[in-house]
Amino acid sequence: MATATGIYQTSYKAELALRHTRAEHVRLGLTVAFLIALPYFAGSYWLGIANTVMIAVVGAIGLNILVGFTGQISLGQGGFLAVGAYSSAVLTAKLGLPVPLSVVSAVLLTAAVGAFFGVPALRLKGLYLAIATLAAQLVIIFVVRRWHWLTDGKGFVDVPRLEIAGFRINRTVFEWQWYWILLPIAVLCVVLARNLFRCGIGRAFMAVRDQDIAAAAIGINLTRTKVLAFAVSSGFVGLAGALTAHYTETVTWERFTLDVSVLYLAIILVGSSVTPCGHRFRFSPSSCRPFRTRCSVR
Amino acid sequence: MSSFPILLIYGLSDGAVLALAALGFVLIYKATRVINFAQGEFLLIGAYTFYAAFVLLALPWTLSIVLAVAFAICLGIAVERFVLRPMVGEDAMRVIMVTVGLSAFLKATVQMFFGTAVREMPPVLPNQAVSILGGQVPMSRLSVIGVALVVLGAFALFFRRSRHGIAMRAVADDQQAAMTMGISVRRVFALAWALAAMSAVIAGVLLADVTVVGQDIAAFGLIVFPVVILGGLDSVAGTIIAGFTIGVIKQMVAGYSDPGLAEVVPYLILVAVLMVRPYGLFGEKRIERV
Repeated sequence: MATATGIYQTSYKAELALRHTRAEHVRLGLTVAFLIALPYFAGSYWLGIANTVMIAVVGAIGLNILVGFTGQISLGQGGFLAVGAYSSAVLTAKLGLPVPLSVVSAVLLTAAVGAFFGVPALRLKGLYLAIATLAAQLVIIFVVRRWHWLTDGKGFVDVPRLEIAGFRINRTVFEWQWYWILLPIAVLCVVLARNLFRCGIGRAFMAVRDQDIAAAAIGINLTRTKVLAFAVSSGFVGLAGALTAHYTETVTWERFTLDVSVLYLAIILVGSSVTPCGHRFRFSPSSCRPFRTRCSVR
Repeated sequence: MSSFPILLIYGLSDGAVLALAALGFVLIYKATRVINFAQGEFLLIGAYTFYAAFVLLALPWTLSIVLAVAFAICLGIAVERFVLRPMVGEDAMRVIMVTVGLSAFLKATVQMFFGTAVREMPPVLPNQAVSILGGQVPMSRLSVIGVALVVLGAFALFFRRSRHGIAMRAVADDQQAAMTMGISVRRVFALAWALAAMSAVIAGVLLADVTVVGQDIAAFGLIVFPVVILGGLDSVAGTIIAGFTIGVIKQMVAGYSDPGLAEVVPYLILVAVLMVRPYGLFGEKRIERV
């Protein structure tokens, strides 16, 4: 498909558009058509893979905001997923909160935890930060394993079948129904993240990535930006964790080990592309991740 | 049982192994500026090659050690030549990911050949109980400290006296200046990886001798990170001191409070050090220039 060779906008309105060329519009149309048509010709096995992929997309977008756009390496992804999954599971299963409310609380809680572990990023860079987030990963998993009240000593949390305002997921069309729940969420996250980098906060993230001292010099508050990046990123990751909890209906710590953190880094590395000016990770339309994520996320 | 001298000896022997493993890590970092996430797997490989030679092939232990070390040197050089050299000049995160991938690959290779079951190995070091400061400890724990100290001493001597050791220090100091003096930076890179793999393998064999041969050895290798951060990423002396410190603290926490907590204590120390003194106890303070 043809791509644009340069910037040929003639109006500010055209410049603001997310897509400029006809090829991009066609591609978008094909993608939408495929996503809508998929459940009608794919069996429940393939839908299961699609569902897992969509949860992974949400998590990978979160990590990409931090690693790709803000340039802060994180090996703590598994830990943040665990925070999201456990908090949503416990809020639903123990306190009987409605699912949407517990998912939103899980997102906020994970964002808060992420911001807390982002504090070392104010002083550390690159390799040091990678090692600090590695510590976050191990400490979070340790805490989760140690808090027996979380799991009543069973080692896992049972999450009740998803039920929202009287609508209950049916066993026989499980993957089908989940597909239509996860698809809008994943699409919303992609659009949200895409637009984040068209507004001031996102631009600030990228400025910090490219040169943080220069960013400070042009008036970006480094402390605020870095902590915010950790919070926003962890919010997405927490959402992915909460969705995993409700989708798989059990939460165990084995699903959130260091290997998962590494896997997610691999996902965004494979899905990224490098542009001539420095290292720049971009969203790729969720293409490269199906099978491996199924193996280890489920 | 958990009296102070026993915990101290156990901690010091753990620390000796950690210091050896971390020494390799620091060698690689100093010479090539690569963070090697596969250091734990080097320990694992060392323990398993020694096990294969000593138990499966029934070779004498001296020959097994020589074999394991030779294998480690080849592995180190191969890794440098085929995995890391193409990555020279790449973004730090990509290099990290490559070593993470390498660690997964090495671990999987070991699992492919030996499975995940824990293997018992007949002791090489004498392990009768000796009483020291009023506590009974196995002789092998004391020997581990001794052996590690000898190896560490040999490394120190190598860096101070030998031509190659001095060349390595020169490259660590300033690559371009070293090049103009006629030092082959490539050879030094290869040497750093070979030596790192060698020290890791010795650490792995020692650890396997006092515990068992199993996947946990790689997990033990992960504690290298707290050690090198505490010591300062680029200080050999700091690393050795930090190795012993972390080893002892870990055993003390395990003995007096909670074995589970002991697993995370090194990382809590790590975070604290990073917050207060990011360059570690003995690391070089670096000033960033725009």
